[in-house]
Amino acid sequence: MTDTLILGAVAYAPKVVTIWEGFKEYFVAQGLPFDYILYSNYERQVEAQFAGQIHVAWNSPLAWLRAETIARHRGVTGDVRAIAMRDTDCDLTSVVVVRADSGIGSIADLRGKRLGVGAIDSPQATLIPLQWLREQGIKPETDVTVVRHDVLGGKHGDHVGGERDAARALADGAIDAACMIDGNHLLFTQEGTLPAGRSRVIGRTPAFDHCNFTTSPGAPAALLERFERLVMDMSFDDPQVRPLLELEGLREWRPGRTGGYNMLARAVSATGFYDARGEIGVAEYRY
Amino acid sequence: MLPNTDTEASRSATPTLDLGALGLDAGAHVLVAHALRVRAPGQSLRVQGSHPELGVHLSGWCRKRGLAVHSTDGSHWIAPGAGDSQRWRSASRAGAADLRQPDAVADQPRASWGVAARGALVEEGGPAFHFPMSEKAGLWADDAARLYAAAAAAQWDPDQAIDWKAPFELPDEVEDAVVQVMTYLVENENAALLVPARFLGQMHPHFREVLQCLAIIVADEARHVEVFTRRIALKGKTPALSTAGGQSSLKTLFDAADFSVASFLLSVLGEGTFLNLLNFLYAHAPDPVTRQICRLAGIDEARHVAFAMSHLAWQLAHEPDLKHRLHAAVESRFDELANTDGLNEEVFDALILLAAGAFTPEAVAIGYARVQRLKAEMTEGRRSRLVKLGFTPDAALALSERHTRNFM
Repeated sequence: MTDTLILGAVAYAPKVVTIWEGFKEYFVAQGLPFDYILYSNYERQVEAQFAGQIHVAWNSPLAWLRAETIARHRGVTGDVRAIAMRDTDCDLTSVVVVRADSGIGSIADLRGKRLGVGAIDSPQATLIPLQWLREQGIKPETDVTVVRHDVLGGKHGDHVGGERDAARALADGAIDAACMIDGNHLLFTQEGTLPAGRSRVIGRTPAFDHCNFTTSPGAPAALLERFERLVMDMSFDDPQVRPLLELEGLREWRPGRTGGYNMLARAVSATGFYDARGEIGVAEYRY
Repeated sequence: MLPNTDTEASRSATPTLDLGALGLDAGAHVLVAHALRVRAPGQSLRVQGSHPELGVHLSGWCRKRGLAVHSTDGSHWIAPGAGDSQRWRSASRAGAADLRQPDAVADQPRASWGVAARGALVEEGGPAFHFPMSEKAGLWADDAARLYAAAAAAQWDPDQAIDWKAPFELPDEVEDAVVQVMTYLVENENAALLVPARFLGQMHPHFREVLQCLAIIVADEARHVEVFTRRIALKGKTPALSTAGGQSSLKTLFDAADFSVASFLLSVLGEGTFLNLLNFLYAHAPDPVTRQICRLAGIDEARHVAFAMSHLAWQLAHEPDLKHRLHAAVESRFDELANTDGLNEEVFDALILLAAGAFTPEAVAIGYARVQRLKAEMTEGRRSRLVKLGFTPDAALALSERHTRNFM
């Protein structure tokens, strides 16, 4: 296993196979022995990182936090690093959307209303916006009725279905407000899920970051170093690489940074999503 | 934050796009994309507007394009960056649409240009199409554009162009002769449709004018098959005889793997010979419908011959050795057909009767003489076209005489 760098990724959609087959071909052509293992959810993937099954994982921000927590608990913090992320993982925001004619003018007006969110494990459509509301003085547990739209648990919201279901419920009047990532408000409006001009953004979270490549404890340093260098050298100008980058949704890879996960970390702490050992602490979480 | 280059001073020179109330959810992205395309490299773009979600939507839209956006004081500043133009950095121009431009037509267009319009800017990284015929040297004709335009202008509607109700009655024997000749024409036109169609499907569409020419030739032949078939049925008859010898001759046209050789055998020699035949039928057919059909088909066939002549003239100028290959192809076809009878007796006799117009000894004598003259005209027609292509008079005559006796 140490002759080949093994990467873990979560199969949240069929295109994931295309993406990693393409990356594998690219890395091998560049001289890096490389293979990948697909997991059906981020929880198993993070556990695999600590079971010595994979050297590096393409992790959601929530998976990163779990890996970081487990590493801290086991005293291997230095081995678990965020080494790279997409340019499109940086500085995202989530928004709270209402129907334009709802009479809800600010987040303070959400008290007593039905607030639609994404899947229970979605950072952008559930955990972060609810934490932001919490920090604005709106208690999700008591001030509003949170309506979850659980799609593909364990995928940490990578599947856009939960957000889209919330948007549909908003348009249908089943809920009074919905949380979604900023880009999806435009997407849902353009595709007609939310009729243009019929919805309004009443709140926007501070910027946060999304996925990263997370290293595993005990991963071979030399292989990791070559992997990191090859990733950073990938260029959108290269016509062979460009389709892969487009499928994965980026223009360029950037060095990993972890400062953009603070609000999500506070959300995990507030909800007890993971405990101090990195164990799952939410009973209704299914994956 | 914006890059350092975006100082207050440079901001004052920054182009500003005012979207008014238009949002990205209602088409404003078109205006933003255009403004980004036309801004100078290194320049920011300031976007203003009153749509309440403009900032939210610009963030997501710009992020997908690798562009940073910073909002302040009701304005949104899109930082310098390649954005969508990055995709086109290594794109290649697929020649030029206008033939008069230098290098409009590439000698070897790239497989990855695929089905793009000639002259388009083609993104790098597209799939490589497999077009077996992708070299100009094997298929070009300088006259293709002109001949296509002429053909497009000369298309005719069988319902309108032919007076199918023109009154006539022929003796049964003469009507049968017309039906036999029409049956023969249909099978020849089937070959004349399929042979170019098979090459057409292999050609790189970069050679647009040649493709258009072949496509309209195929359409012409389809129309000819229709009108000859309708003439067969006009008086309630069914198609007559199809002989093994006739089909053997036509099958050799399908065996020619090389486009130039196939054009030579099918169009210069075969369709060239058919020009004489159709003129003969126009002049001597015993009824007005057959005469009209053959006149119109003959006009079309003349273009087909002209295209092949243009192609071969270009080819021979670029590849003098082609002449030997053409010569060898005629010899080879002659050898292959040596043990067949040539033009089948049924068709030959039908032509005599058709030209006679009546089933009497006197009329048949006239018909026979006319067909003999037709054969001489065919030989002479082939010879003169071969001379035009650069064959010596002796070689042209020898080749003409070794052409299939099946005419096509």
